Formats: sequence, C-alpha cells, structure tokens
Amino acid sequence: MSKSPIRPLGDTINLSHGSGGRDMHRLLEQLILPTLCSGPIDDGDAASIAMAELINQGDRLAFTTDSYTITPLVFPGGDIGSLAVNGTVNDLAMSGAIPRYLSCALIIEEGFSIKALSSILQSMRTAADQANIRIIAGDTKVVHRGAADGLFINTAGIGVIPSKRQLGREHIRNDDIVIVSGFIGDHGAAVLAARDELQLAIPVDSDCQPLHVLTEALLSVCPNTRIMRDATRGGVASVLNELIADSSFGIQIMETLIPVRPVVRGACEILGLDPLYLANEGTMVAIIPEQDEQPALAAMQAQAAGVHARRIGKVTDHYPGLVSLLTQMGGERLIDIPSGELLPRIC
Amino acid sequence: MPNDAMKYVDEFRDPQLAKRLLAEISAMLPSLMTGRQRPLQIMEVCGGHTHSIFRFGLNDLLPPEIEFVHGPGCPVCVLPMGRIDDCLAIANNSNVIIASFGDAMRVPGSAQSLLQARALGADIRMVYSPADALELARKNPHKEVVFFALGFETTMPGTAFTVLNAAREKIANFSVFCNHITIVSTIKAILDSPDMRLDGFLGPGHVSMIIGTKVFDFIPQDYRLPFVVAGFEPLDILQSIYMVLLQLQSKQPHVENQYSRVVQSGGSAQALSAIGEVFRLRDMFEWRGLGSINHSAVMLAPEFTKFDAEQRFSVPNISIADPKSCQCGEVLKGVIKPMECKVFGNPCTPESPLGALMVSSEGACAAYYNYGKQRMGAKRV
Repeated sequence: MSKSPIRPLGDTINLSHGSGGRDMHRLLEQLILPTLCSGPIDDGDAASIAMAELINQGDRLAFTTDSYTITPLVFPGGDIGSLAVNGTVNDLAMSGAIPRYLSCALIIEEGFSIKALSSILQSMRTAADQANIRIIAGDTKVVHRGAADGLFINTAGIGVIPSKRQLGREHIRNDDIVIVSGFIGDHGAAVLAARDELQLAIPVDSDCQPLHVLTEALLSVCPNTRIMRDATRGGVASVLNELIADSSFGIQIMETLIPVRPVVRGACEILGLDPLYLANEGTMVAIIPEQDEQPALAAMQAQAAGVHARRIGKVTDHYPGLVSLLTQMGGERLIDIPSGELLPRIC
Repeated sequence: MPNDAMKYVDEFRDPQLAKRLLAEISAMLPSLMTGRQRPLQIMEVCGGHTHSIFRFGLNDLLPPEIEFVHGPGCPVCVLPMGRIDDCLAIANNSNVIIASFGDAMRVPGSAQSLLQARALGADIRMVYSPADALELARKNPHKEVVFFALGFETTMPGTAFTVLNAAREKIANFSVFCNHITIVSTIKAILDSPDMRLDGFLGPGHVSMIIGTKVFDFIPQDYRLPFVVAGFEPLDILQSIYMVLLQLQSKQPHVENQYSRVVQSGGSAQALSAIGEVFRLRDMFEWRGLGSINHSAVMLAPEFTKFDAEQRFSVPNISIADPKSCQCGEVLKGVIKPMECKVFGNPCTPESPLGALMVSSEGACAAYYNYGKQRMGAKRV
C-alpha cells in the first residue's frame, strides 16, 4: 500500500478511521502498527507462522479467543488493553501452553479519544512484551456513537503445548488439593471502586497480570498437575464449580485459608458481596496431587505472581459435583455458582 | 478504607468464643426441653440475620433443639409483584430514569423484573443510596428521575433526608416510588396469626438503630415472648440466642438489647424526626407471602406530594396474587421449613423465583437453596 502523507491524526476517532480509506491507513501506520507490533508486518491478509519453530516446542497448538468489554476502560492496576492481552495469555497458560502469537481486533466508538487509544495500545504492547507474546494480526472497526461503550477489544492467541502435558478434569482424584495463586477479588474490587456510582474508596489494584511464568513454574515441579484455571468472571466460586460439575467428586474449601486482602473483605462486608464471587485477572486455581503440595507451593511462591500462593481446600468424595465451604466458625455451607450479575444488598 | 477496618468485625467472629457460647447454650437445653415435643423456634426478624446464619453455618452448629424461623425481614422478598409492575409502568415513560438498589433489580413482577426491562431498553440505573438518585436528577435536568425506594425503617431515613434535600433545592425532576415498610405492625400480624408457634425473637438490629427498642415492649407484655435485639456477626447472634434462652428459663420475657454498641433504646431522634416529617402511614399495604397488613407501610406526606411518583405518573396499581403453589406465608410463620414447600428447588429457584423468599440472598428459601446442606450429596438441581 502507498504511504499516506504525514498528517496529524487529530484528537478523536471518527467514522472515516474505520472506512478503509486514507484516514484509516494513517491511523494504522501512525499509531496502531508501530505501537502494537515489534517486528516486520506481513503484507498479506493473514500472518504466516513458521511451523518448524513451533514443532520444536511441543506437539499441540492451543488456540483461544476472548472479547474484552469493561467499565471503566482504565482502572487501578490496569486498563482494557492490558486486560485483553493478559486475559488471552492466561487462557493459553491455563491449558499448559507457552503463549506465542496474538491477534487484536479493535471496535472503537466514534468520538473516542486518540490519546486514550494510544495509551491503551501502549499498554497492550507492554503486556505483550511482558508475556513474551507477539501481536501479529489485527483488525480495526469504528462504529457510530452509542454503538459501543468506548472501546471493545477482541484478542485471539496461539500457544504451543509441550509434549506429555495432559491437563483435564478427568485426572482429578479424591484427596487432591486445591491451591490458589494469590489474593482473591482484587480485580473485582478495583473495578467496583473505579466506577463512578460507588462512593467508596477501596485502595486496591487489579491483579491483572500474565500467569504463564507461574504455570511453567508449577508444571516444572508438578507435571501431574490435574487442571489449572484463571478465576476470572464469577471468581473462585465459579471456577471451582466448573471444575467438579457433573463429577463424582466435590471440593471442600476452608474459609480461614482463603487469601483475601483486608480492604477487599471490608468492601465486601459493606456491599454485601462475597470475595469468592469477585472477578480476578491474574489469580489462578489449580488442583494437584496431595504429595506435590510443598514443592508446588514453593515453586509458585518463588514467582512474583505467586508469592501468596496457598492451599485452600481439597477434593473430596463427599457431596459429588458440589463445592462446600468450612466457615471460620466451624459450620459448613454450599458455595454455588452465582446467579446473574453481582448485585449488592440494601441492608 | 483503612486496612484495619476488619478488626471491628473479626472480634465478633472468634471461633473459641463461639464454642464457649454454644456449650453454654447446649447446657441450658435439657431443662428447657423437658416436656416439649418440638424444637424451640426462634424467629430472626431481619434478612441480614438470615444471611449471617447461613453464611457462617450457624444453623449447622446449633443443637437441633433450636430451630430458626426466618422472618419477614427481607424487604426485597416481601415486595409484591404488583409493585414491581407499577414501577415498570413508570419506567416505560420514555423520559424516565429509574434509580434502584441492586438487589431490587431481580425481583420478578408479573411479567418482568427491572433487569429484564432494562435489557429491553428501559433506563434503569443501579444506585447505592437515595442521595445517588438525587445526584442523577441534578445531572439529568431534562429527565425525570424516580427513586425506587424500599426497605424497612433502616433505609427510610435516607429516603426522607433525600426528599427534604430535593425540596430544599427545589429539584423538580426527582420523585420517589415509595415502598417503605414498617416492622412493628408486621411482627404483630405474625403474632396474631392462628398458626403462630414461636418461642422467641432475635430483633432487627439495623431497624432498631432507627426506631429504638421500646417499640417492641408489647411483644413480651402481650404475647409473653422474649425479644432480644441482635447484631449481625456470628457471636452477636449466638449471644442473642443465649439471652433468649435465659429469658425462657426465667419465664420472665422482656426486651433486651444485645446490639447496644449500635442500638439505643430511644433510637435515632434525628432519623425519626425526618421520617415523621416526610412519611405518613398507609392504611394498608400488601406483602408477598403475608397478604395485606394494616399500617405496615408508609407513603409521602401531603406536603411532599410533588415528590411522589405515584402521583406524578399513572400506575396500574393492580394487586397480583402470589402463585397458589407457593407456601411463603407458612415458611415465614415457621409452620414449615423452606425445603418442605411444594415448589422449593423445583420449579422455585433463585434464578426463577416463584415465591417471595427465593428472591434475594436474604430470603429464607434462597438462603436454604444457595447455602443449604440439604443439597449437598444430591445431584445439582
């Protein structure tokens, strides 16, 4: 394509930035491509990926996609850009894959600030570099004002799963243990606090971060890790329920072992929410054989993303298909899948 | 929020103290149970207590001789379908923003909930206080902002102060769809019910903070039942049960205040004054699961009529009967346990509640369903 004349992009995105014409080329050449892409860009309609290098790393590809919509777009500890990269990186990492390539599709609302877009793209690039994943394909669309909440991002990721890694629910056994990689609910609390309508200061940052280094550390000492999941929407409660749904096993977790920051607990008390249901963007849950507990926790705690890793419960053959919580008072109750969006109680 | 905020909570969740209280409760039971054929039934009036009892597994820890009866104190649960329909009728005006507390959003009307109506285009916003609703009105001068007010005396002062502020600032585009309800007349209606079988009460902590404790004197005086105003932490609840048992033992029922760190016998003069200025008792109000109860709700006083959404908008005001299959009233009075209801769990679930008590997490049936051990060991419903 011929280069467009150098002309400033202006202050805001307008429909012509998605039209395929000169303005769109300017947006791509002046902002999106130089910010997101670290290497040369393929000229064609699709990025080409060298197979030989991938084959050297493993015997299966992991391929995942996710779309990111969040209000507000920028929150303490991250923004929609870092979320869109880390979320997909983590989906790859949870399948035992080494993240390699990422695509990025932007749906931008007319009137969106170029400065804000630039900042979010830079955040994507920083997150991609941190996760050692390359953004190699993309798409940009601009929609009418009111048709999107500022900016939506879709990312798809490809990773390589090293040979002999076999993760899956079918490997879960009675007496396996459940571990969590860090404090739960930080992301959910940070986003709640960042929303205008909540007049409550919760001094906590989102845990938005890549987890591939942590999963590699865990798998290196515990190759028989049964399954890993990042506890995103629906929080730890939903993930644990998914892991043992329709299973002949259940999970029992202990309230006193679950790591929750005091400020997050306090906010939950006030709002009538349960940190087990708050979203996380850089905290994972894993089920591993009991005998691997010490080396697994030591390996995770040696990583920045896993310093607060700990055992929170165990797999049990009581209550098949259900998650129960032993409360700090000594009672036991069910931890069900949440119904719909989290709604605070009034009193 | 300070980092040590939780220390004021953790003090009331000490498992060792809980064990001691439980031991003392158990020790009192043999004498109390002599000659009794059924467990002691203690009603926790407030939905906040119901939530705590299940959240901390207290019903699991207490001896089987003590049975909780989960009272009418979840204002979301007891809101009748007709009132949701009325709110939706207001929401259907194109110029209206409805501002609602979060947990009212899921309460089913006869056809829709507020959440469903929002998905279909109604402008319904979630707020955390009536002051937030008034702020919405200030920010949207060309829209009519209607605050969907509900709750017992706990949330009444907030609405009252907001109406007073709106009047003082002469805000013309703000009104209140008033569904505030009163606790005393409701407890009286339960006590007067022919199938009532309670042995004592855990009184509502938050409500009593506003209205005080003296207003409950009629319960021990007229009905010979212990009434202990209770806090919401596990030790508060266990200690309150202990106090109820002591009263039963002494056969001298009276009103006691376990939650004295928050509740004063006279309540809050400032809040009561605002409530008295802004609201008047309604002759009658319909409750889900309990039917109509005299003087059990309030409406805006005549001098605040212009802030009354029911005066400003036309609403169908149709009474819609509870589904016949629901046994909410019997659960509320302790005649049956939630899981003994014919529709509990199937088809009545928190995701598609038929009955009042399955609606909010503070409702007895929803608590049994979400937290309940009776579902453990069974396949997911």
